[in-house]
Amino acid sequence: MTEITERQQDFKQIKGTNAFITTIDKVVNWGRAGSLWPMTFGLACCAIEMMSAGAAHYDFDRFGILFRASPRQSDCIIIAGTVTYKMAPVIRKVYDQMPEPRYVLAVGSCACSGGIFNTYSTVQGVDTFLPVDVYIPGCPPRPEAFFEGLMKLQEKIKREEFKWSRWR
Amino acid sequence: MEQVEIEKDLHTQELTLNMGPQHPATHGVLRLVLELDGEVVKRCTPHVGYLHRGIEKLSEYRAYPSVMPMTDRLDYISSMINNIGYCIAVERLMGIEPPPRAKYIRTLLSELTRISSHLLWLATHALDIGAMTVFLYCFREREWLLNMFEMVIGARLTVSYPRIGGVRSDIDDDFIKESIKFIDEFPSRIDEYETLLDQNRIWLQRTKGIGVISTKEAVRWGLTGPTLRGSGVNYDIRKKVPYDAYDEVEFDVPLGKNGDVYDRYRCRMEELRQSVRIIKQCIERMPDGKILSDDAPDLDMNPKGHKRLVGNMSLWSANIAFTNEYTLTPKGELYSAVEAPKGELGFYIVSDGTGKPYRMRLRSPSFVHASVIPRLCQGHMIADVIAVIGTIDIVMGECDR
Repeated sequence: MTEITERQQDFKQIKGTNAFITTIDKVVNWGRAGSLWPMTFGLACCAIEMMSAGAAHYDFDRFGILFRASPRQSDCIIIAGTVTYKMAPVIRKVYDQMPEPRYVLAVGSCACSGGIFNTYSTVQGVDTFLPVDVYIPGCPPRPEAFFEGLMKLQEKIKREEFKWSRWR
Repeated sequence: MEQVEIEKDLHTQELTLNMGPQHPATHGVLRLVLELDGEVVKRCTPHVGYLHRGIEKLSEYRAYPSVMPMTDRLDYISSMINNIGYCIAVERLMGIEPPPRAKYIRTLLSELTRISSHLLWLATHALDIGAMTVFLYCFREREWLLNMFEMVIGARLTVSYPRIGGVRSDIDDDFIKESIKFIDEFPSRIDEYETLLDQNRIWLQRTKGIGVISTKEAVRWGLTGPTLRGSGVNYDIRKKVPYDAYDEVEFDVPLGKNGDVYDRYRCRMEELRQSVRIIKQCIERMPDGKILSDDAPDLDMNPKGHKRLVGNMSLWSANIAFTNEYTLTPKGELYSAVEAPKGELGFYIVSDGTGKPYRMRLRSPSFVHASVIPRLCQGHMIADVIAVIGTIDIVMGECDR
């Protein structure tokens, strides 16, 4: 008779072996959260802090976060900067090119709510045309805030259910 | 013989290629429409305006001191120099003279900003051409500089540190010690970047003889800053129309000869060394005293030391800056320019006597330099377009405003 010990919730080990019993949700979410590839999409000031966060001092790579320049290869898009009415269709097009599941981070006051630029040319928050998962406020946010935001997104991914399914 | 005839019959046409606004090498949201004959660029049309935020218009609805955060977000890599440029324009308009200590602090911090801006330029320019290591090295020093800004200002990027008639807060001994440590260390770091690039055959092939512009043409296109000086024109606002403490410090203006991408790179690298020289002199000669002039206005445009003036309460704001009751600034027009890392950053202010600008026009170097991209790209390969965008050090926040 095999003996099963529960290590965590929904995560069991068959005693004396290297075999584990868990849900597909958990395995898929673990894989997704561990290698989150954002798309480089620098729009304005926040992009400079995004570069700082990606460079050696802060180093996004520690969390499995690698910047990709193509929407086809990325899991999430970081909207870093002011979005204007001229730019919004371009962002939507890039977002539509991304494979699912896809996530959106709105970085900076401008992307979150329009910030100080309440003018004729500025979109008052990217949530008017994109489904935003995580908001990172600040003008611009510090690199630490970028980490906080991306870790919040990882937590969010780990809580997902049936996102791997075709019928979700 | 047969092959020649086949080539004659071949139907060829020009290929139109869209580059940007989402492209990792366009430094933001610049869009270029390239017409190519094979790999050679025949025509190039820059499209700007993807980051037009209406900063000039917003400034018309704010009191003079409140426009400061707007200028931060113009050229967000060197926000300190934008602030200083704006402050100097308003000071010249209102006839305020900042105290000597404030002038030296401004000079010191604007040179540190120039270094951080040039470091970011070198990092991205080298990364675009293919040198990844330079990017990581440059960001190492840039983080150090940003930490130093944090010591004085509390912000890393958008500083809003200077005030009309001085600066916001005094610098302390810790900052001076850190600056001395930085300028002792930094020249050896510049050598480190140069060992990676100067002898690198790929770097030389990608930069030498690319984007050549002659002296005469560079002046006619209205280029300024290192982009102009790379063609050998000795024009630097810090020397020609000195502001702050630049007339009291000694420095050279590095000049190029050929006007290609490589010479502009050399110019900027020499400017890094000159900036270190200026910082050294500023620290040695830093005078004591006040940091804010007595007649500097406060955030509501109330003159300092005077009884607080309050405007007509029936208006949408009690702020006197928005009323016509008092003449707070002399009426007239004024153009004032400073030497930003990219070139000549000019502020043209029209004043109607109230506490807010009637019209503020910005002469941003990036906008002028964006117009020269087609001229620099002509006849080059498509890969050289990246080098040309990098060499003029374009920042779209400033270009589109």
